[in-house]
Amino acid sequence: MPPVSIRGRACIAGVYEHPLREIPDRTVAQIHAEVALGALADAGLTLGDVDGYFCAGDAPGFGALSMAEYLGLRDLRYLDSTETGGSSYLIHIGHAAAAIAAGKCSVALVTLAGKPRTGGAQPGGSGAFGSAPEFAFESLWGPTVPGNYALAAQRHMYEFGTTSAQLAEIKVAASQHASHNPHAFLRDVVTVEEVLASPMVSDPLHRLDCCVITDGGGAVVVVSPEVARTLTRPVARILGHGEATKNTGNGRIDLTYTGAVWSGPRAFAEAGCTPADIDYASIYDSFTITVLITLEDLGFCERGRGGAFVADGGLLAPHGRLPFNTDGGGLCNNHPANRGGMTKVIEAVRQLRGEAHPAVQVPDCRLALAHGTGGALSTRMGSATLILGRDE
Amino acid sequence: MSSGLPTPVPRPTLETAPFWEATAEGRLLLPCCDACGFVIWYPRMFCPECGSTAVHWNEASGAGTVYSYTVTRKGQGAYRDAGPYVMAYVELAEGPRVMTNIVGADPATVHIGQAVRVVFDDTGEGPALPRFTPA
Repeated sequence: MPPVSIRGRACIAGVYEHPLREIPDRTVAQIHAEVALGALADAGLTLGDVDGYFCAGDAPGFGALSMAEYLGLRDLRYLDSTETGGSSYLIHIGHAAAAIAAGKCSVALVTLAGKPRTGGAQPGGSGAFGSAPEFAFESLWGPTVPGNYALAAQRHMYEFGTTSAQLAEIKVAASQHASHNPHAFLRDVVTVEEVLASPMVSDPLHRLDCCVITDGGGAVVVVSPEVARTLTRPVARILGHGEATKNTGNGRIDLTYTGAVWSGPRAFAEAGCTPADIDYASIYDSFTITVLITLEDLGFCERGRGGAFVADGGLLAPHGRLPFNTDGGGLCNNHPANRGGMTKVIEAVRQLRGEAHPAVQVPDCRLALAHGTGGALSTRMGSATLILGRDE
Repeated sequence: MSSGLPTPVPRPTLETAPFWEATAEGRLLLPCCDACGFVIWYPRMFCPECGSTAVHWNEASGAGTVYSYTVTRKGQGAYRDAGPYVMAYVELAEGPRVMTNIVGADPATVHIGQAVRVVFDDTGEGPALPRFTPA
C-alpha cells in the first residue's frame, strides 16, 4: 500500500493580509475576525462554511475555543492550536490538508493577528516561557531574540566565512521588492553600505538585519478539491508539507543548521520535486541570517555556500537565481504579531495566482515554496515547509 | 566575585536545587546518567539519551572554550541598563555547550575558540551565576 499523502488532496482557496501595520484602535480578536472574513471572501465562502479552525498562541483566550466562539463558528469538526511560534501557520496548513484528505473537515480556516507595535510586544504563548524547564538555564544570562540569532550568525561566519555584506544583500533584495508594495512598513530601497552602517544590535547583526515590528494579521482558507471546484477564484494546490523540530540536543548545540534540513526533504518528497524545480520561494526572514541558513538547509545551495548564493542579486525578482519574498517579507513589509509564517504563504499564493506586483511577478510561476521558522534559530525551534502548485 | 553584570536570582526547582546550592560554594555540578554515562544539559533528573531517571551529580572542571558569542548592545529585563555585554555558548570540557556570559574581558577581544574558565557571580541571595572569563 503506498503511503498516504496530502498531495493534490487539498487547496488554498483564499488568503488575506491585513493592509495596516499599526492598528491602535482595534483588539487582537477584532483583527482575527477581520482577516478571517477577508480570506473567506477571497475564497468565495462564508463563516457558515467553515468546519475546521486553526490558530496559535497569538489568538486571545483558551486555545482555539475562544476565537471559535468569537467568530461564531458553530459547526466545527476539527480544531488544532499547534504552537511553534512563527512557523505555526504553515504547520496548520499541513495539518488542515491532512485532515481534509482524511475526510475530517472540508473548509479549514487559519487565522493570525497581533499588535506588537501599538499594543506592547507580547509574543504569543509568552506566559508559558517562565515555567519551561530550560528557562533558568538561559534567561539568567540575558538572551534576547536578536542575540539568539546573532549567535548563529557569528558561528556561521566562523565556520564558512560568511560576511556581513552577504547578509546585507538579503535585506537589499527585500527592500527592492518592498518598494513596489504600497502596504509595506519600509518602502525605501537600501544599499549594502546602508545596512552595514546601521547601528549594531547584537554582533554581527545590524539594525537593518532585523525584521520590522508590526501590528496586523493574516488568514488562509484550505478546502477540499470538491469544494474548490465550486469556487471561481484560482486556488493553490498543496503538494507537499514537512515539519520538524530541532532543539539543543542535550548540550550538543549546532547553530549552523535548522530544522529545515528535515522539513524540507519531507515536503519535497511528498511533492515529488526538487529545489531546482521551485520558481518562487517565501523564506522566513526574522533576520537576514534566518534566510541564509534556511536556503542552505532546504538544498537551494550547498551547506556553507549561502553567502555566495544570495550575493549579486541572487534573490531578486523576477529574474534572480531564486526570487524570494516579493512582498518585501518580514524584513521590510510586515511581521504581524512577531510571527511571519502566515505572510510567507500569502505571498506564495499571490505568485501562483499571478497576482504579485507586476514588477516582481515571476513569469509562468508554477511551483512555489513557503518556509516558516519559529522559536530560537537552530536551538529550540519549529520548522515547516510547504510546496504549492499553480491551479491547473 | 562580581563581574558588574546584573545578577538575576535563580529559582531552584525540585530537580535543580543541588546545582544551585553548589554554585553558592563555587562549584559547577553537571548531572550525569547512571545508566548510559552521558552528561546531561540543561540539568534535569531525566536522561534524554536513554530515558533513565537515575541521575547523579559530578563536579565539572570549570574549563571550556567559546563556541559562539555576541555583544548584545541593549538588553532586556534585568539587563535593560547593563550596557553592552557578551552572551555566549561555552563548550565545557565535559562536552555540553551552555549559555552564559563572558566577563572580565574587553568584548572586542572575545573570540570563538577562546579558552575560558568558570567564575561565580554572587547574587546576594544564596545561589551564584556561573559565568566565564578568559583562562
